Amino acid sequence: MDLLPYSVLILFPCIIECMIVTSALIIWKALMCFTGSESPVVVVLSGSMEPGFKRGDILFLHMSNDPIRTGEIVVFNVDGREIPIVHRVIKVHERQETGDVEVLTKGDNNYGDDRLLYAQGQLWLQRHHIMGRAVGFLPYVGWVTIIMTEKPIIKVCLLM
Amino acid sequence: MHSFWLRANAVLTFSVIILAFTCAMASVSDCFNSPSPSAQIQITNINWFQKQRNGNEEVSLAMNITADLQSLFTWNTKQVFVFVAAEYKTPKNAVNQVSLWDAIIPAKEQSKFRVQTVNKYRFIDQGSNLRGKDLNLTLHWHVMPKAGMMFADKLVIPGYRLPKEYR
Repeated sequence: MDLLPYSVLILFPCIIECMIVTSALIIWKALMCFTGSESPVVVVLSGSMEPGFKRGDILFLHMSNDPIRTGEIVVFNVDGREIPIVHRVIKVHERQETGDVEVLTKGDNNYGDDRLLYAQGQLWLQRHHIMGRAVGFLPYVGWVTIIMTEKPIIKVCLLM
Repeated sequence: MHSFWLRANAVLTFSVIILAFTCAMASVSDCFNSPSPSAQIQITNINWFQKQRNGNEEVSLAMNITADLQSLFTWNTKQVFVFVAAEYKTPKNAVNQVSLWDAIIPAKEQSKFRVQTVNKYRFIDQGSNLRGKDLNLTLHWHVMPKAGMMFADKLVIPGYRLPKEYR
């Protein structure tokens, strides 16, 4: 070990770091392709779906052109809110001619439906609001992301 | 190659891989379970059936729901989310599904149950198509695992009809 020049000792961890970041990016892009969804993995941030999904769990999403039906757990964006919401569909009305669909969602642990969360005057969600369906889940793994987002100092420490 | 940090890194990476593998195996074990749930739903009373001022009809009904969902539980099951939805067609909408009641079953012991309830969520049509309407009451279940893939299925019970007149 004493014979290795200092430049290699510094370069070696840097290369490893770059490889880790690149492989993470490759896996992420491949997942985006494979699941057809813009964010194939999301972290649960609130307790509105307890006890099924707790804060810190991660959900695997998949989007297909299959029609949206009650009982599915969907991830949707409300106009004007940046954080997507993961709740269950409780009502579906699909138009005969156009196939357009109007959907109402509700969190399992919430008392009322999501109309309070939708934009002003919006009563239903349409297909274009929905980013994916939750198909699988892993407990606790998302805490890493929550901690890194809420306490950015940890992100800096981990990457050092 | 023998520093503390490199060893800690190796242990951590290995344990994450083992954990991921265990979760995948847990999920795969769910495929070997072939569930055979059963259920019956009776509409005991139509409490009221009115047309709102905006032209949409609303129904309030009382139901008896009996079900045996014990075969859905495996060691990898965290909970089963069960709900009853009314499904019907109208001239404007090819598909209407309205959830009437739902419950979370956290353990196998509570999955054989009998419930008498009024619809938890309002049954409102988009329009006034409900008089004399034939409906299916479908019992859906969504099995949420401790780790891995979730799966859902349903039992369609046809043959219900709403009254022809408001009450």
